[in-house]
Amino acid sequence: MQNGYNVAYRRDMFWLAGFFTLLMLAPFCMPNNYYLTILILCGLHAMHAVGLCLLVGHAGQISLGHAGFYGLAAYTSAYLSTTLGLAVGLSMVAGVVLTVLISLLVGLPSLKLKGHYLAMATLGFGIILSILFTETVDITGGPSGFVGIPRLSILGQELTTDIAVYRAVAVVLCLMVWLSFNVLHSRIGRALRALHTSEKAAQAMGVDIARFKLFVFVLSAAFSSISGVLYAHYLTFIAPVSFGFMFSVELIVMVVLGGMVSVPGSIVGAFFVTILPEFLRAFENVEVVLFGAILILCMMFLPDGLAGGWNRLWSRFRRAVHE
Amino acid sequence: MNRILQCNDVSVRFGGVQALGDVHFDAEEGGITAVIGPNGAGKTTLLNVISGMVQQHAGFLIYGGADISTAPPHVRAGLGMVRTFQNLEIFSNMTVLENVMIGCHGRLSVPAWCSLLRTPRSVALERQIREEALEALEFVGIADLAGSTAKDLAFGRQRLLELARALAARPRLLLLDEPAAGLNIAETQHLGELIQRIRDANSLSVILVEHDMDLVMGISDAIMVLSFGQVISRGTPAQVQKDPQVIAAYLGVEED
Repeated sequence: MQNGYNVAYRRDMFWLAGFFTLLMLAPFCMPNNYYLTILILCGLHAMHAVGLCLLVGHAGQISLGHAGFYGLAAYTSAYLSTTLGLAVGLSMVAGVVLTVLISLLVGLPSLKLKGHYLAMATLGFGIILSILFTETVDITGGPSGFVGIPRLSILGQELTTDIAVYRAVAVVLCLMVWLSFNVLHSRIGRALRALHTSEKAAQAMGVDIARFKLFVFVLSAAFSSISGVLYAHYLTFIAPVSFGFMFSVELIVMVVLGGMVSVPGSIVGAFFVTILPEFLRAFENVEVVLFGAILILCMMFLPDGLAGGWNRLWSRFRRAVHE
Repeated sequence: MNRILQCNDVSVRFGGVQALGDVHFDAEEGGITAVIGPNGAGKTTLLNVISGMVQQHAGFLIYGGADISTAPPHVRAGLGMVRTFQNLEIFSNMTVLENVMIGCHGRLSVPAWCSLLRTPRSVALERQIREEALEALEFVGIADLAGSTAKDLAFGRQRLLELARALAARPRLLLLDEPAAGLNIAETQHLGELIQRIRDANSLSVILVEHDMDLVMGISDAIMVLSFGQVISRGTPAQVQKDPQVIAAYLGVEED
């Protein structure tokens, strides 16, 4: 009891260590590069899911605009490195910094809104950006996409192989998970959960709710933007369809599927939503229908998400062992 | 005695309804000041104005010598002005201990990057917050429930939890909005003793909005009576009880 908080934190760190090991070992069981590409996309999507787990799951602030931050960072870095010829590393940093600043500007007024209204405001922002990506043909290449983006490089060293990119993505993802666990096990996480339940009471207890909402909004936007720059320089080609409204919805689906408040759950949700369509590809015409049906079944039988389902299974297993 | 809080000419309107009209209200340092009145008299509105949840249309508030008329709620909380709610506002999905730890939020703080990187400073602070929250729980007598989820507590315990959460903030001025609502006689008696014990142990001031007359008359040092947003009487419990205007407001006036 005395160190209950530390115990919970340590358990999360164990999970993180296990997850990192798993990520590092996964490529050795991959028959070819195609699977590695899927895994990289999973990792990139999981970065959004982790940020949104904090924003939507813990703080209760719904955003339907995170695909916009994703795209903004990707296009900024692509433009700076390709059109203006800046170093890749510098462009990536600039892409992230610009997106974080924009998220600050967007968050300041819109986080005063609650529930559906916040969702609408961020939705509007996402759609505006999506139109910008499509219409500013001179800068972004328009609907046909932005081609010829230089590949990812770290400290001037280009990552030529997919496995190198994969390792970089895995490390960045795990860093984000670590930061998220730190936040959740601190006074900030507590304040976020508090303002989720009752903004009135949180204020009365001295929580500056505007500040903490903005903090978690910008943090999640930062995660999304880092995912964006990695995406752009990994695929070397980006198009507006990747950053549309549907992707924002998909991100929310990942978090909901993961059980809202569980960081590991959100990651599993992200992997699930990313991998599933690949498996369903064999069904061609009914692919989307099956995808939807599987999601509906998941929510029917696992109302508290994959994490909740896992917890129930685990406790039932432990009870069975004890008896 | 010094006044910890002075409300001068406070007026609040909700549309066409005058919820509070030119209310003067003082709270003595170290005293228990009660606000009573029939339903709809504006008692909770006054508490909302004091805690900053409702902005007054006219008038100003002086707290500990400083003008706080326009300060937002969390700033007032940071100055040691902490409230409880009539309709319990506990964080139902969090544990009892976590609820109380939130109480320490404004008082015990580190920069955000310390929490983000979990620096030793942040870890040490977490431990301190935890210990102080447990102390507050022990003070109100529900430390054994620290690990339970707040929503699973019985109603009376949830009231105590809200009190513990407020105490964890180490208030100078504690605002209690109908703390006895929904409690039985024994629980109310226990609450009365607890409020006095809190006042004595922490040498803080209490503003009490309450309907339970036994409780109010038993523990208050001064009472103000509101009716339809106007102050109709003020004084010691004995003085207020005898005031014909108060009796009229509660019982109605006999027609000749």
